[in-house]
Formats: sequence, structure tokens, C-alpha cells
Amino acid sequence: MAGVRAVGILSRFATSKYSRLSGHGHRSLSMSSSLLARTYANYEIKDGVAVIRINDPNSKVNTLSKPLQAEMTEILEEIWGNSAVKGAVLISSKPGSFIAGADLNMIQACKSAEEVTTLSQEGQKMFDKIEKSPIPIVAAINGSCLGGGLEFAIACQYRLATKSKKTVLGTPEVMLGLLPGAGGTQRLPKMLGIPAAFDMMLTGRNIRPDKAKKMGLVHQLVDPLGPGLKSPEEATIQYLETVAIEAAKNLANKKLSVKKEKGLVQKLQDMVMGLPFVRKQIYNMVTKKVMGQTKGLYPAPLKIIECVQTGIEKGTTAGSLAESVNFGNLAMTSESLALRGLYHGQVACKKNNFGSPARDVKNLAVLGAGLMGAGIAQVTVDKSVRTILKDTTVEGLTRGQQQVYKGLNDKTKKKAITSFQRDTTMSFLTGQLDYRGFDQADMVIEAVFEDLNVKHKVIKEVEAVIPPHCIFATNTSALPIKEIAAASKRPEKVIGMHYFSPVDKMQLLEIITTDKTSKDTTASAVAVGLKQGKIIIVVGDGPGFYTTRCLAAMLAEAVRVLQEGVGPKKLDALTKGLGFPVGGAALADEVGIDVAAHVAEDLGKALGSRFGGGNVEVLKTMVQKGYKGRKSGKGCYVYEKKSKDKKVNPGVEEILKAYQLKPAPSVSGDEDVQYRLLSRFVNESVLCLQEGILPDPVQGDIGAVFGLGFPPCLGGPFRFVDSFGADKLVQKMHRYEEVYGNQFSPCQLLLDHAKDSNKRFHK
Amino acid sequence: RFVFRMFVMTKTKKTLAKPNVKNIVLVDGVRTPFLLSGTSYSDLMPHDLGRGALQGLLNRTGVPKEIVDHIIYGIVIQEVKTSNVAREAALGAGFSDKTPAHTVTMACISSNQAMTSAVGLIAAGQCDVVVAGGVEFMSDVPIRHSRKMRKTMLSLNKAKTLGQRLSLLGSIRMGHLMPELPAVAEFSTAESMGHSADRLAAAFGVTRVEQDEYALRSHRLAKKAQDEGLLSDIISFQVPGKNIISADNGIRPTSMEQMGKLKPAFVKPHGTVTAANSSFLTDGASAVLIMSEEKALALGYKPKAYLRDFVYVSQDPKDQLLLGPTYATPKVLEKSGLTMEDIDVFEFHEAFAGQIVANLKAMDSDWFAQNCMGRKSKVGVPPMEKFNTWGGSLSLGHPFAATGCRLVTTVAHRLQKEGGQYGVVAACAAGGQVFLPKYTYAQLARADTEYSRGATVQVFLVHSFGLFSVHVLCMKMTMCKSVQKHF
Repeated sequence: MAGVRAVGILSRFATSKYSRLSGHGHRSLSMSSSLLARTYANYEIKDGVAVIRINDPNSKVNTLSKPLQAEMTEILEEIWGNSAVKGAVLISSKPGSFIAGADLNMIQACKSAEEVTTLSQEGQKMFDKIEKSPIPIVAAINGSCLGGGLEFAIACQYRLATKSKKTVLGTPEVMLGLLPGAGGTQRLPKMLGIPAAFDMMLTGRNIRPDKAKKMGLVHQLVDPLGPGLKSPEEATIQYLETVAIEAAKNLANKKLSVKKEKGLVQKLQDMVMGLPFVRKQIYNMVTKKVMGQTKGLYPAPLKIIECVQTGIEKGTTAGSLAESVNFGNLAMTSESLALRGLYHGQVACKKNNFGSPARDVKNLAVLGAGLMGAGIAQVTVDKSVRTILKDTTVEGLTRGQQQVYKGLNDKTKKKAITSFQRDTTMSFLTGQLDYRGFDQADMVIEAVFEDLNVKHKVIKEVEAVIPPHCIFATNTSALPIKEIAAASKRPEKVIGMHYFSPVDKMQLLEIITTDKTSKDTTASAVAVGLKQGKIIIVVGDGPGFYTTRCLAAMLAEAVRVLQEGVGPKKLDALTKGLGFPVGGAALADEVGIDVAAHVAEDLGKALGSRFGGGNVEVLKTMVQKGYKGRKSGKGCYVYEKKSKDKKVNPGVEEILKAYQLKPAPSVSGDEDVQYRLLSRFVNESVLCLQEGILPDPVQGDIGAVFGLGFPPCLGGPFRFVDSFGADKLVQKMHRYEEVYGNQFSPCQLLLDHAKDSNKRFHK
Repeated sequence: RFVFRMFVMTKTKKTLAKPNVKNIVLVDGVRTPFLLSGTSYSDLMPHDLGRGALQGLLNRTGVPKEIVDHIIYGIVIQEVKTSNVAREAALGAGFSDKTPAHTVTMACISSNQAMTSAVGLIAAGQCDVVVAGGVEFMSDVPIRHSRKMRKTMLSLNKAKTLGQRLSLLGSIRMGHLMPELPAVAEFSTAESMGHSADRLAAAFGVTRVEQDEYALRSHRLAKKAQDEGLLSDIISFQVPGKNIISADNGIRPTSMEQMGKLKPAFVKPHGTVTAANSSFLTDGASAVLIMSEEKALALGYKPKAYLRDFVYVSQDPKDQLLLGPTYATPKVLEKSGLTMEDIDVFEFHEAFAGQIVANLKAMDSDWFAQNCMGRKSKVGVPPMEKFNTWGGSLSLGHPFAATGCRLVTTVAHRLQKEGGQYGVVAACAAGGQVFLPKYTYAQLARADTEYSRGATVQVFLVHSFGLFSVHVLCMKMTMCKSVQKHF
């Protein structure tokens, strides 16, 4: 079935906009069975319908925690025991959250797979009871209904959802290396059909209300209301409740039926799905697709397929057992631990730890309408901030404005926004060639050519026209900020904001502070980044900061590997085999060979022989021949518009031949090549922490995964060291060091961790 | 005693005349009967109905055509053949070909816009005698070829060789043949007005029963007014080659039981707006004669009312599309130094019963006043005994661009009949074009106007324009007697 899309875990992470399962902790309160108001859920009976309202007092979102489950069980028993109650409505009192998922800390606290399996079975039992409820239960969904929350909802007899922007449904467990462990793998295929259920569970994607209605996940939609006699949020919840009560009553007196007439297509699909060999084909196809995308690095998607298959072929009892056992096992895998760590890290990096800035940035100016500049402008106007996009040529400016328009128009085509919203958003953008209006700017972000002299010229020009409070941010990938700030009259207002291309897709923003940057400047830059929807790491100044430095170390090794005769395709296969979403050679093409050469040379000069390995001349020769990567049509590969299959650039093969190195057989096996690449990256990361460039391992992991595509299944360089073992890594590095020298010398901090196995980056 | 009190009131309020601004008066107003679309008018064109109203105005007032300085006409759904419908209708009605005419559009308050434009022209000293009005013809609406097809056809015009023509013709696919209907949804929000009204009703907790009751009231009052011969603004219209039409045909007082049987028309299955509690698609035209007071008196007219002031306001098109009257009414009252209690006649355009009741609830809500309007306390509710007592758009019908003039003329007539002094008109309107392909009994309306006029002297006209602007027209209307006394 064409609808099946297997998991692409990184891209999911990289594009996920909304927070996933909630990890907010709860205090474990001792539950008294008093008849007084409960803490997490309460109910009242309205017109013969029990309205159960969920409201976690300790968190902004509701999570499926142990105390909530306990209270819910009590309430349900009471309701079922009351013959006056003809139906029930399940609703949240929180405007933006129905139930955002299971409480992650509850899983984290478990010591063994068996414990987690028990958790899963408790959930299954509770939802089974709800499914078999003698009275109809209506789930009234407003806000996030994810993971365990969704499993709760689909156990109910009827589902209503508001069309609010905040209402999303989904099973994001796969993105945390888990599976829907409370009946989801059993109920969804029956409810949606096998292909749609696989699509939902394997991608973990958010499903908007309209789509949910179309695919049969909810029965009825309710419009959000504007202000009336109450605030829109309150009015909407009340309206939803009223409609839900009506639905419950109608279900109870059989005026409303849950059974829907199946369309012809649906009947046909059911018939086809009834054939065992067709189902078998689907399982095989989906497995193959998952293997293709995950390289077998992520166990969760395969287990999801297994659970669905068991449930359908051997019955729900077997399926549920498989679900709970696999859920328990998955929770203990290093992959799940890594992904959950990233989830928590992502939440942590979406906060401003520098306080609120003295003034809001209401007018922003971007210098340079190139790929970066226009991208920055796009994510800024998208949040209704007035933005000036300045370039020096009409051609450059036109291209940049077109890029912004295209970005917004693509969203319109996907129906994420209306054409009216697109036009309104575009109206926040002003394209110009001069410095008009800069006297009103609160922040200027420059994205001009990466050349210190050019940057100095720009900073002087800009400082002549901007008001005193205006912040000057420089978007550079490698030039040290303090060198750029040297030309400034007010270095406390200068800061680095390193965006990643394409800006509208890449979530990371690396903010670089110098020792002169004021705290307020940092707070302001973080606030702007957060507004633009970025995940933010704040690092110290130095050549290549954090991300560029780690990447450069790995690319230097990649060049050496190429020189040793491993072709670009093989190199890509090896890096992807580690879990990188883009192979080493393809990544260099994306970044731009000229940029890579530039960075390699600069960092080589600044940081010495540790950045050796591959010969910089290889990259320089490529640039001379015009092989600048994707943007010039040729890099390691030849890029043609129509052909999907990338061909290796024969010109590059010649260059590599000219710079050929003899591989050392002892360290050139596939696995060794992989670890050579990985260990240089990881060692450089740890060194950044040791030198204080990185404030903590969490930001190191987040930066590597979200900015550079470090394998999410490893959870980032620091998580990797913890799970792989620093001692084992150091052993390997010593082996490589013997052959290649100091590029593989483990840094002191790594050695410390190797010596003492109790030392861990993540507690 | 009553007269005395009025006299006192007139004295304390003095007059709403403004220094250095001419007094502007409504001499008279007429309209064609409003018919359900697809009935007796169905073979006409918009300018035919417009012609009928204009000719009726000429006949009733006997105004010499050469003294008319300007003609302004409103329309919402334009017929492309008569895009300046004002000029086509005026020429056909026998107005002088020397009188300039232009067309205005502002959704359901298009003829309000025509009238306030007239007021502006007179106040600015440009004109002394202006005819304003509006027409809407929903029996026929422009359904276009698809954009792709239009493009092909236009290219065909320019094709030079047979080969080029054949290749263009050959490029036509099934998809090209799909027609393009006038949009049902607001352009900016992609939401239909009925849908918006349903949400509005829900936001103010307006029940289905309340809506049906209000709609029934409108039909009953309209029937009563019709039976008592109060709808004297109607002029008969002879459908060419057919019979003479002299009464509205949408007035259908039924029962709560019957109305209760209908299913929701927009929000399914739990919505509350139905065909029976919405205004229906209507054909009709209206016209008014507006003059400076001096000119009217010099010509020997006995004007019906002063047109005093107006306000347009605008709000968020998504959630407050139909709340214009609530916003605009207090503004125009405060502008003129009057309070709700001073008003004798209210005329609100009834787009949907739910929308009217929601507005009444909004006006009665301190929360709404404080949180949405930035006022200290609620606006206050018009007393129902002064409110739309001769029916409204729900029952009489709502030809979009013709409704404004009907409201103003009705206020003048009600003030005369009931002996009131001030009147207020309010209406809300939207941006896009609404067209519902299937219309059974009643479907939808798009603007509300509400105005009041003083028994002998003053009228306020309040129009609200939901999407972009709402205005309140505050008018002073004068009955013939008082004018004579005055001068």
C-alpha cells in the first residue's frame, strides 16, 4: 500500500515542532480513598452522563501517570456501579492538552524489562475494561492526544476532537525507541486498516483533526470558538463538553451509532486484507522499507511490525502479550535510552536560561539575501516579526525574496497555511539595497560572505546606522566571533548566531558568546532563536565553535578515507551504517566543498596537526575545478535535475587518484573505518567540553544530533561514550593513534572517563 | 403629555445638527418586493430589478430627473455584463443621461455604503440631490470557466495559425471543464458565513430553541406588518411579459415544532443554525432619495428624516465576523451624546437568528465589554418592543446590497408611525462572496444593519461591517410637520 511510510527517525526529530511525550514529573502522592475531590481526575453527573475531567495539578500537560490511572480506575468503578449513569465523557480541563502521553519518568524509574512489561499490562487491562464498558464512553479531545493518551481515547466507544491548532493525535512512541504499549498495536490496525496503522505507528507523525476524521481515528469534529461570554479557551472546552454529553446520550439511547457504512474502496481494501498472502506481502514490504531506512539500527519499528502481525495472525491475546513484552524490552535498549535522552535534551534546549531580555526584538534586519540570509528572514517573518532583508545587488535580493516566498508557498500547497496567511506573512518582509529603516532595528543578523575583511566592513557600515541598543549577530560557521567583534565599537552587543542550512528545516541554532558579550545580548539572541522555533545551544567562542569543529575533524578523516581508496559511495554507506542520515561525501557536497576547504584550512591553522588526516589540497583542487558541491552541480557526485541516481563525479576520482594514500590494513576494515570517523568526532566533542566551549554534555548531544545529524540512535557523542564505554573507545583510538598519530590521541577528559567506569556524562 | 415630553427632549438634546455641516435628509425610500431567489424574478438581470426600484422612486417622489446630481448603487455579486450596474439601471429607469452614476460594493452593507457616500457628497457641497440604492439578484450568479480553460480560450484568441489553434484545443482536458462557482467561504478565513454564525452562537451559548424562537418572531411580526399594510416602502414591479408583483414572498410564520425538525445546515451534526433560522437567498432592489435640507424644502418636499451620523468599525474576520452591531452601536450613541434609552426604534439586519441573539447577549455581557471591547461595562440591550417590530431580513428577505436602504426607510416609517424621535440602524457584513448552490427554504444572509430614528426628529443609522469596517450612520430624520414648524 502506497500510504505506508516507514520510520525516518532523524527527519522526524528534525522536523518535529511540537513537544512529544511529556516527561514532567509528578509527585507520588499517597492516595486516600476518601470521597473528597481527587487530585488528577474528577467527575460530575450531568443529565445522566458522567463527565470525567482530567487535570494534572503539577504540570502544564496531562500525562498518564500511576496516580492518574489509579484515580481513573476508582472513578470508572463508581460510574459503572451507578445505574443512573447512562454514559460518560472523558475530557481535559487543560486548554492545550488532552493527555500528552505516558509519564516517561514512570518508565525511567523501572529497573528491569519485566517491571516495564507489568506497567504495559496494567495499561492494557484498564483500556480493555474501558473498551468493554457497559455504557458508552466518549473521549472529548482538545489539545495533544498522544501516545498513551491516544491509546486511552481509542479504547473509548466514541471520539470527538476540536479543530483547534493545538489538537494533534499520534503515536510518537517510535521516536523514543518504544512502541504503543497499552493496546495501540492491537487496536489501531483494526480501526484504521493495516497500512494506515503502520504509517501512523512507524512514523510517529502528528495527525491533525481533519486528517484524523478522514482516516476514521475520530468520529466527529468540533470547531474552536472565539470569545463570547468567556475566553475562547474556556468557551471551546465547554462547547466540546456540551457536544460530547449530547453524543453520549445519543449513543446510550441508540440515536447515534458508531458503525459507519463502509465505502466501496474500504470494502475492497478489507477484502484484499482478508487474504493471508496479501498481508504477508505487506509485512515483508514494510519490514524491508524499515530496514532500508533504519539500516537495522532502530529496534522499535521492527517490534511494532511484529506486534501487529502477532495480533492479526494469532489473535489479540497473543498480540497483547507480544506488545507488553516487547515494550518492556525496548524500554531497556540503549537506543530508547538515547532517544529519550534527546527528547529531554530538546525540551531543555527550548528554554531561555539567560532571563528575559531588556527589550523585545520587534524589528530585525538580515544582511545578505543568500541561502542563509533568506532562510533566516523566512523563519522570522513566519512569526510576524518585521524583517528587512538587505542585499547589495538586485539579483541577489530577488533570489532571496523568491526563496522566502517559495518556502511559504510550499506550506500553502501542503495546506499548512492559507494563501491569505502566506500573503500576510510576506507583508512582514521588506527587501532593500540600502540601510533605510536600520535606525529602527533591534537586531541585525549578518549572513554575508565568510571573509573576515568583508565582515569587518559590514560591521562598521551597520554600526553607523543602527540605534545604540541594537544587537549585531553574525552568522558564521567558523570565523571566531571575537575576531569579527574586533572591528566593533561595542563588542558587548556582538554575538554569533550559527544557523544551519536549510534554515527553515534545520532545528538547531548554535549561539556563540565571546567573553565580552553581555548577558542581555545573549538573552535577546536566545529569545529570537526560540521565537524562530529553534532548539538552541549556547557555546563559547573558538575556531569552529562546537559543531563546525567536530564536523571538521570527522571530514578530515573522511577525506583520508577517500584518499585511501574507499569510494564516495562506500564512504556514504559506511557513515549511514552508523546511523548518520547523510553520508560523509554527500554531506560535504551539501555543505559545499569550498566551505569545507575553507574551514579545514582555517581550523588546521588554528588547531594544528590534530586536524590533519586528509590532505586539504584534495578539497582545494576540487574547488579549483569547480566541484563545489550540490550548488555548483558537481562535487563528489554529479547532480542532475532529473536523475534520481547519484553518479560519482569522475573528475573527483582522478583527483583522489593523484592524492592516493596507501591504506594501513590493520585499521582499514569497514568497522575500523567507521570507528575512525566516529571517534574523531566524539573526541573533539569531549575536548570541547573539557575546554569549556561546551557548557554541558546535554547541549553537546543536542548540537551534534540536530545540527550535524549525529546518529540519533546513539543519542549524541556523550551518550555514546556512556553507553559504548569510554574505555573501549579509548582502546580503539590507541590502535588508530599508533598508525596515524595525534589525530587519534584521546583527550584528557575521555581518558579520565576510561579510567573510572563510574564517571558518566549523563547521570 | 407625550408631546410635551418629546418637546423637552428635543430641547435638552437640542438638535444633532453639527455646526458648519449641512443638514441632510431622507426624502423617501422604496423597494421592490423581496422574493425568494429562483421564483418570479428568475429570468431577469440585476439591472432590471434596479431599474424597477429607481423608476418606483421617480414615480413616488416625482423628483424632476434633471435635478438629480448623482446616482450611487450597491451590488455584491456582480453580473459581468453590467459591471457599473448603477448606470445601466439609471438609464433604463429614465433618469437623465447627464447624471453620473457609480457602483459601490461592501458586502451586505453595500447600499449603506451608497447612502453614506451620498451623505458625504452632499456634506462636501458637491451635490444637493443624490439617489442611492442597491440590488441583489441571486437567481443567477456568474459561474465561470476554470482558470485553465479561460487561459486556453484567451490564448486561442491570439493564436494565428490553424495548427496553433488545434494544438490549443487539443490541450483541453476533462479538468478544464470543471466550472468555478462563486466562493462559499470567506476569502481570508476559508470559513462560510453560516459556519461562522454557528460558532458565534455557540460562543455565546445561544441555543437552537432561542434561535428558532427569534426567527419565528421575525416571521410573525413581518406577517403582521404585511397584513396591516405597514410595508409601504414596497412599490409594485411588473415582471416583463408576466404578472405584477406587489408583496414579499418569503414571509412564512410556521411553528416551533416544524422548525425544530430541520437538520443543521452548516455544522453537522451538532450545529444549531438551520435553513429556518437563517435569512434566505433573495432577489430584490431598493432606492432612496437623499437631499440637503435646504434643497428639499426649496423643492417643496416634506422629508421623512434627517440622516445624522454614521460609524464604520471592523474586527477580526474569524471570530467576530458578525458582531459588528455590538461594537458600532455604542460608538455612534456616544458620538451623538445619546444613550440606549433615548432610542425609540432599532432596526438590526438579521443575517441569522443566532447572530442577532449572540449580539444581544454580547451587548448584555460585562465580560465581553471588558475583554473584547475595552469598555468598563456592558453596552446594554435594546428593548425588544422597539426592536425590528415589522420583521427583518430573516422573514422579509435579504438581497445583500438592497437591505441597507430597506432598513433606513423602515426606521423612518416606524418613527412616523410610532411617534418616536431617534432611531438606530446597525448591520454587519463580511468580505467574501457567499453562494449556496442548494437553497431550499432559507439559507443565509450576510449583513445586519440597525438604526433608529427619532419620532419627529432624529435617527441614527448604525451599520457594522464585520470584516473590514463597520459603520454607524447617525441620522436625523424629520417628519414633515416638524419641518414646517421649524421653518
